[in-house]
Amino acid sequence: MIKGLAISTVWVLDQDRAKEFYTEKLGLEVRTDMTMGEGGMRWLTVGSPDQPDVELTLMVPGGPAMDPESAEMVRKLVAKGALGAGVLTTDDIHGDYKKLKDRGVEFLQEPQERPYGTEALFRDDSGNWFSFTQPREGGLDMDQDWSC
Amino acid sequence: MDKTRQLRLAKDAMDRDWADPGLDLDTVAAHAGYSRYHFIRAFKEAYGETPGQYLTHRRIERAEDLLRTANLSVTEICHLVGFSSVGTFSARFKTWTGLTPSEYRAKHVGRGAALIPGCYAMLWAGGFRSAPGAGKERNSGEAG
Repeated sequence: MIKGLAISTVWVLDQDRAKEFYTEKLGLEVRTDMTMGEGGMRWLTVGSPDQPDVELTLMVPGGPAMDPESAEMVRKLVAKGALGAGVLTTDDIHGDYKKLKDRGVEFLQEPQERPYGTEALFRDDSGNWFSFTQPREGGLDMDQDWSC
Repeated sequence: MDKTRQLRLAKDAMDRDWADPGLDLDTVAAHAGYSRYHFIRAFKEAYGETPGQYLTHRRIERAEDLLRTANLSVTEICHLVGFSSVGTFSARFKTWTGLTPSEYRAKHVGRGAALIPGCYAMLWAGGFRSAPGAGKERNSGEAG
C-alpha cells in the first residue's frame, strides 16, 4: 500500500546556486547535503520546515544515470523554461509573493483568484517553474464565472 | 546555458505582460539583453517562432481561454489580450485556430478549464507547438 510522496526530483543547473536559492530566497531548509565518495554524486535535499516528511532532491543532470547527450538535453529544457517542478503552498500568498519578489525571485504571474485558491507563478534560479498557491478555505468555489 | 536563460527571460516577459498593448520588440529584446535583430534569430532558434509570433500566439491562447469561460464580448476580449484593432485580432485568431472568435465561442463555450491549475494551462499552451490551421501565412506581418 502506497503511503505517500517522500522525495521528488528537481533538475537544476548548479547545486550550490540552487541550494542558495531554495534556502535564502524560498526559505526552505536543507535536509541532507552529502557527497558519496571522492568526486561522487552529491545528494542535496531541501524541504519545508512545516512538512518534515516531504523533500525535494536537487539533482544536476549527468552520469551515471544520464549519458552526456541526455544530460545536455535536460539542461537545455530546464534553461529554456520548459519544465515545471510542482506546486508549493502558503497560508499568506500576498505577503509571501511580496517577500519573495523583494528577494529577487522571478514571477511569471502575480497572485490571481482561481476556483481552488489564490495562485502565483515563479521560476527557480535554473528555470523550473512552480505554482505558488494559497488553497481556498472551504474547498472549490464554482459559483463565480471563472476566466483565466 | 546563459544564452538560453537570457532568451527565457524574454519569453517570460511576454508570458507575464501579454496584456500590455505597448509590449514591443525592443522592450522584449531588452529583457534578453540582445540587439533586436540578433534577438529575433536567436529566439526563433530556441523556441521555434519569432518573438512577434510567440506574443501573438500567447495573446490568442489567452483569448481562447476568455472565449471559453468569460461573459465578455469579442471586442472586450480583443482589448484585454493586448490587441488594439478588432480586425487584426479576428484575422490573427482565425489564422491560429481556423475559426473566428464567435465561431470558436459557439463551439467551445462552457468547456473552460478553470479547475486545471492556471499555471499548467498557461505554460502548457506556451512556446512549443504549432497551432492547428496555422500555415505559411502565419509569417506574414509578424516577422518581429
